[in-house]
Amino acid sequence: MLSKAYRWLLPHPFLTLLLAVVWTLLQNDISAGMIVFGLILGIIIPLLTQLWWPDRPHGLNLGKFISYALLVMWDILVANVQVAWIVLTKPNSKLKPAWVVVPLELRQPEAITILAGTITLTPGTVSADLSSEGHSLLVHALDAEDPDAVRDEIKSRYEARLLEIFK
Amino acid sequence: MMETIGPALVAICLLIGAIFTLVAGIGLLKLNDSMTRLHAPTKVGTVGVGAMLLASMIHSFVLGHESYHELLIMAFLFVTAPISANFIAKVQLHKRNCDAPPLPPRDDTWSTYDVPEFDRHHEELEEFSEPKAN
Repeated sequence: MLSKAYRWLLPHPFLTLLLAVVWTLLQNDISAGMIVFGLILGIIIPLLTQLWWPDRPHGLNLGKFISYALLVMWDILVANVQVAWIVLTKPNSKLKPAWVVVPLELRQPEAITILAGTITLTPGTVSADLSSEGHSLLVHALDAEDPDAVRDEIKSRYEARLLEIFK
Repeated sequence: MMETIGPALVAICLLIGAIFTLVAGIGLLKLNDSMTRLHAPTKVGTVGVGAMLLASMIHSFVLGHESYHELLIMAFLFVTAPISANFIAKVQLHKRNCDAPPLPPRDDTWSTYDVPEFDRHHEELEEFSEPKAN
């Protein structure tokens, strides 16, 4: 009974939290009033929009998601220095750009979107396209001696973690 | 104490941001093919803008009127930057402006190439016909 009421009031608890945080930051005023108003918006908006979001992911592992976000931020910092170094020191003729095909185990569109975004933001790789049925991701690497190693790193470092987050 | 460290931190962050933004610009000029050129602004740009936003935030905290908008700008930037990169990459694929990518192992083709037969024909027609004068 209680869990049913909770389901009805908060169809998407993560979105509620996100909306409340974004509202409070937008107001630039971390006070009780603003947090309450943000929570009210965070409850009303998911209720009004849940009709248009039928297959949203359930049971997001928030703790693992936060540690994943921290890992990605660290990788972005490292990637920036690496790419800056390549741009400044490597002559164009020595660059080895390559296409990398990453077969996907993830099935949810949200998870694939996060993986594609992560790939674009991290070491010398840009996700370019998805295959027609969504079973593989096409990635362009700026400087890859060994495209297979790039693929294995993406799979073990990011996809494995995302599989645990979106169970 | 805060008066001396604050401006120094702001200056360091601004400098880091400026250096990375400059490198992104250099990369855009130096790299010579459309796909590799995409790499410089998408990556180096995020830390460039991020460091400048951090400088703005530290500045506001040192002055005493806190500002949290920068956190949101950073979040939205990180969410939207990959999408514009993805669109530019898709345009390159669509215009056959880069090396042909290998075929996917399981599906028929990449989604950019997955267009109906009629549209494929239509594209070719547009490419070879002269624009009509009105």
